[in-house]
Amino acid sequence: MKETQPRIGVIVFPGSNDDQDAAWALGALGAEPVRVWHADEELPQLDGVVLPGGFSYGDYLRAGAIARFSPAMQAVTEFAAEGGLVLGICNGFQILCEAGLLPGILRPNASLQFICRDVTVVVERADTPFTARCEPGQELVIPVKHGEGCYHLPPDLPEEQIALRYVAGENPNGSEQDVAGIVSAEGNVFGLMPHPEHAVDPLLGSGDGALLLASLVDSARERLYARA
Amino acid sequence: MKATVLVRPKAGILDPQGEAVESSLRQLGFPVGEARVGRVIDLEVSTEDPSAARAEIERMCERLLANPLIESYEIELAEEG
Repeated sequence: MKETQPRIGVIVFPGSNDDQDAAWALGALGAEPVRVWHADEELPQLDGVVLPGGFSYGDYLRAGAIARFSPAMQAVTEFAAEGGLVLGICNGFQILCEAGLLPGILRPNASLQFICRDVTVVVERADTPFTARCEPGQELVIPVKHGEGCYHLPPDLPEEQIALRYVAGENPNGSEQDVAGIVSAEGNVFGLMPHPEHAVDPLLGSGDGALLLASLVDSARERLYARA
Repeated sequence: MKATVLVRPKAGILDPQGEAVESSLRQLGFPVGEARVGRVIDLEVSTEDPSAARAEIERMCERLLANPLIESYEIELAEEG
């Protein structure tokens, strides 16, 4: 059944630490994960890309500010411009914002504390390639672990780009409008602070993250069929 | 030529570090108003021409040193190289 496995790249930056979990989860959900080193100037043949969590380049200057200039990110930017599916998780979300592939920016948590716990998020958009397995309004329990997850909206962000929100009263980091995840205007780039790759099995506390990653795998498989 | 870049959170942008510094100073008995925390970057550019240096550092700020969405910057050139 190898030919039905979409190939999803996981970019590994110096300081990434969730790349193995992301690759494992994608593999468990039916994709073929392909790890791509940050210094690679070209991407292999891929049906989707994940930018994993971690602390790329030590989060120096601003989280994601330096990773965005890595050779692999130039290739990811071209991949996204051609309509390729790109998912950024936590530090990956920060990199996408710094790279201008997603609007806004993530700032230090309002509490100034590192937060590591389960949060409940609401699916505002169930019609993206990254949320298609969810119902609109569905609540998902997924862990967060970050020091810089306070989302700052650009002044003119359309409401429909807010794809995930923390449940009212459970905003862990001071994000404006309780934003937990954003989708690009074109719909093919998605970033979120919670870690779906850490919630793909009830044994780990929640399997809700699998809904998001399996949505990506489904969408990537459609791309694979379209390519074949 | 040596230069200093000052990067500050823009007015209205939440600055939790500034707030923490402000409340610590008040606890120490200093009756301060608002405190904001930014960043200082000292660097050396290859040119000795002030306007060329300023133009180059502005490009650095726009591309990397500051995020224009939330931060403003100020460039100070050293009087003498």
